[in-house]
Amino acid sequence: MSAGIPAGPAADVLIVGAGPAGLAAAVELRRLGAGRVVVVDRDEEAGGIPRHSAHTGFGARDLRRFLSGPAYARRYADAAAAAGAEIRLGTTATGWDGPPGMSGRAGTSGQPGISGQPGAGGPSTVRPDRAAGPYRVTLTSAAGIETVGAAAVLLATGCRERPRTARLVPGDRPPGVMTTGELQRRVYLAGQRLPGRALVVGAEHVSFSAMVTLAHAGAQVVGLVTDRPRHTSYAGFGLAASWRWHAPVWRCTVVRRVAGRGRLEGAELADTRTGETRFVPCDVVVFTGDWIPDHELARAAGLAMDAGTRGPAVDTALETSAPGLFAAGNLVHAAETADVAALGGRHAARGIAEFLRGAAGHGTAGGRGPAPQPVRLPVTVEPPLLWVAPNALRAGGPAPPRGRFVLRSDVFDRLARLEVWQDGRRLATGVSFGIKPDRPVRLGASWTGRADPGGGPVTVRLA
Amino acid sequence: MRRAAGTGDDRPADVAIIGAGVVGTAIARALALQGVSCVLIDAANDVGTGTSKANTAILHTGFDTVPGSLESRLLRRGSALLRDYARRAGIPVEHTGAVLVAWTPEQVAELPAIEAKAHRNGVTDVHPIGAAELYRREPHLGPGALGALVIPGESIICPWTTPLAYATQAVAAGARLRLRSRVTGIRAGALEHQVVTAAGVVRCRWVVNAAGLYSDAVDAMMGGDSFTICPRRGELIVFDKLARPQLSQILLPVPTARTKGVLVAPTVYGNVLLGPTAEDVPDRGDVATTGAGLAALLAAGRRILPGLAAEEVTASYAGLRAATADRDYQIWADGSRRYACVAGIRSTGLSASLGIAEHVIGLLAGAGLRLAGRPEPDPPLMPYIGQAGTRPYQDAARIAADPEYGRIVCHCERVTRGEIRDALAGPLPPADLDGLRRRTRVLNGRCQGFYCAATVAALFAAGGPPALVADPPGRPPAMVPQTAGPEAAVPGAGRVQAARRGEAVQRAAGRGEGGGPAVGHEGAGPQAPGNAGTGRPASGPGEAGRRAAEPPV
Repeated sequence: MSAGIPAGPAADVLIVGAGPAGLAAAVELRRLGAGRVVVVDRDEEAGGIPRHSAHTGFGARDLRRFLSGPAYARRYADAAAAAGAEIRLGTTATGWDGPPGMSGRAGTSGQPGISGQPGAGGPSTVRPDRAAGPYRVTLTSAAGIETVGAAAVLLATGCRERPRTARLVPGDRPPGVMTTGELQRRVYLAGQRLPGRALVVGAEHVSFSAMVTLAHAGAQVVGLVTDRPRHTSYAGFGLAASWRWHAPVWRCTVVRRVAGRGRLEGAELADTRTGETRFVPCDVVVFTGDWIPDHELARAAGLAMDAGTRGPAVDTALETSAPGLFAAGNLVHAAETADVAALGGRHAARGIAEFLRGAAGHGTAGGRGPAPQPVRLPVTVEPPLLWVAPNALRAGGPAPPRGRFVLRSDVFDRLARLEVWQDGRRLATGVSFGIKPDRPVRLGASWTGRADPGGGPVTVRLA
Repeated sequence: MRRAAGTGDDRPADVAIIGAGVVGTAIARALALQGVSCVLIDAANDVGTGTSKANTAILHTGFDTVPGSLESRLLRRGSALLRDYARRAGIPVEHTGAVLVAWTPEQVAELPAIEAKAHRNGVTDVHPIGAAELYRREPHLGPGALGALVIPGESIICPWTTPLAYATQAVAAGARLRLRSRVTGIRAGALEHQVVTAAGVVRCRWVVNAAGLYSDAVDAMMGGDSFTICPRRGELIVFDKLARPQLSQILLPVPTARTKGVLVAPTVYGNVLLGPTAEDVPDRGDVATTGAGLAALLAAGRRILPGLAAEEVTASYAGLRAATADRDYQIWADGSRRYACVAGIRSTGLSASLGIAEHVIGLLAGAGLRLAGRPEPDPPLMPYIGQAGTRPYQDAARIAADPEYGRIVCHCERVTRGEIRDALAGPLPPADLDGLRRRTRVLNGRCQGFYCAATVAALFAAGGPPALVADPPGRPPAMVPQTAGPEAAVPGAGRVQAARRGEAVQRAAGRGEGGGPAVGHEGAGPQAPGNAGTGRPASGPGEAGRRAAEPPV
């Protein structure tokens, strides 16, 4: 399908996704002196998920202030535009034109777009002979179909909630069953009202956010359902649910069936401990959380994927298995808060700048050929830990974003001891308080210097 | 905002067809093209909403039918006709072929008989292959397969576009479409029958019963009692498009006496389909999925294609086959009562539809109905919603001519604003979001509306719910001049350039159909064709089913 598609001028960096991670990366890349930075987003507006998250609390870690989701989104969109990034909305990256990255590490000639001088913005450093770029991405928009070449690409495509169908909840298929994402877009972007009774499936942070959205839309939340022994959000949220909205959290409970032909009548819930079932009449069911990365472009690129996160495997610089192809945000850890995603984007930008500098050093001018692939050491977890991100150490590379690894646990543990092992050798041990499913478990990176780059994989486990 | 169904033209028709599924629409099309004035009646708010929308979406060769049966003959004939029709109408088809896989020595022993049967059915290219060749062709197949039969002619097809194409062509040729018109009784008369519907009385000389799951009830209204429909539910699971590379063709099991078993097939929407189960259910509206059914499918899927387990499920749905005690089709015409019955089509109606229609109008002509004897005109060119050909978002020339084709609304299925606009303004506009799904694939993807449901709902509301009565432009059908081709006669058909013909020519091994099957709006579900006289309410109006259009059984 590449035939006849015009190739646009190459970008130094193409960023797919104008959410917190992508926009923060664009700002940082321009600050570091990258030339042409193009950010594409399939949505008509920049900012990503925070745009329809009306509650406050955005920006604590990256901007050192508390903003509402829409304000936070606007701030990043404005910052990226002000930094000189080219933001193209209503533009879908539909695929890779040719095998991505097959030309090798920055395998094209010319000057990379990193000047090495922070703050050096200015016009693009792209030269005609780099028009092909090692990466060629096909874009569709109202302006037409175009292939953009780029010396480096950042995938920041985010994540979505698993809908009812993906969770294989059986029963009838009436309207009125949705995800939080759809709910928030309907309520906050389209201004819809949802009178009636609502059931929330899930009891993590986003579930309580859905509850607030439902209340805002005029719905009466009849309860939250979780198969876990308790909810995984802040204690205050659970109390608020019961006191302010009289919405109980039904624990150890699953949705066994959705009922209603043509019109939703309710859901049958089952207690996993006793097997008891009950029918909860409702007009809306919102399936919340249970995040999965939007990894289709990563899969299409043939990247090595991480079985735990289900996003592309990335090293501590957030580079994927393809040189010059980076990934950040909730594509590599679904789902963290927006500020953590943004800081990851900022971190990836530094890795990309380093990559472009390396490409300059190893380009055709010096005749030294492609830069060597970095040595990577996989980092894995053992159950009941579910995943760790980043999932590889990079020899001589940077510490992970924010100087820590992020993990997920499948169990609650008030006082957990985390251990890091390699080849039968314990590299580190640490204590983590109050581990909960769906919530980040943090692991410092001070041990990484003790890992043997030539050794086996590093494993993190609960002692 | 909506015209009530049945308030349109109430002139007596030559033929009233009860049931606007794939069989009823095919018959209406065949009759209308022969100058016969006809009215196509359905309880649902759209064509093709019952068994026709929820099946496995396979264009069968008929290799495994009972040799010498009516089904065998009409399936073979219909399948050949539909291949040609689909190519010309832009209905997505992929000629993938199939392998029928034997997993046990007992199944291996059955292969020669199945091969012989296929040859007796005229499907002479069926041949066996050994395990090594099978794994060379399907390397992702689970371990333990011992051999297979190759059925090169099995194909996959879009079950939604097919009845829409038939109905579009029928209406363009003069047929009147009466939706939301559940049949509650028939007053059979010596000169004229009166079909009483929820939206008024339809007067006609002939009645054709194509009511699918409700065909026994319609038959009873005409005084018959020769058969009973026993709904057999089939649950199916649709996997993410990322699973599509795991197979190149349809993977069939060795059938049992009872069912064809659980298969894995690509869909023309680029997904992978697993199913169906087979379960007799008493309720003709019961298209709920069950925990046990889905679990059984996943277990079967793990054995056939272990890699499926690592991919996300996009949708699950269930459909009902209209089975009868008799294994063969129940098709006959009674000139004395001016009544034709087309029932017991079970699961092969999509593939056989054009053959059935040809057979039925032959029976009607034999019983005294006069046909014009015209040559068949070209079909309308339908909006292409397959994965193997070029969709609007991939078509630079189309986007240049109309930027709305570059504005992707549904990101999972890559449906553009232009396509949604066209569907809403088309000759048979959707009455609800489910109808829009079946016309465009919108909302059928992996996110099930996380990103686009709010936008799509707004576009649908802005586009306005359409009238539910489609009357042909102009005068009584028999008098519609046939000077212009059907494309000119179908409003909107000309919109799709003739240059796009040929895109629908599907390559072997393309991607499959499937996209969005999923959840369906129950009201529009299997009771769709005709719901006659069952007392089951017609599908509810209004916001309509999110979640669902399904692909087929």
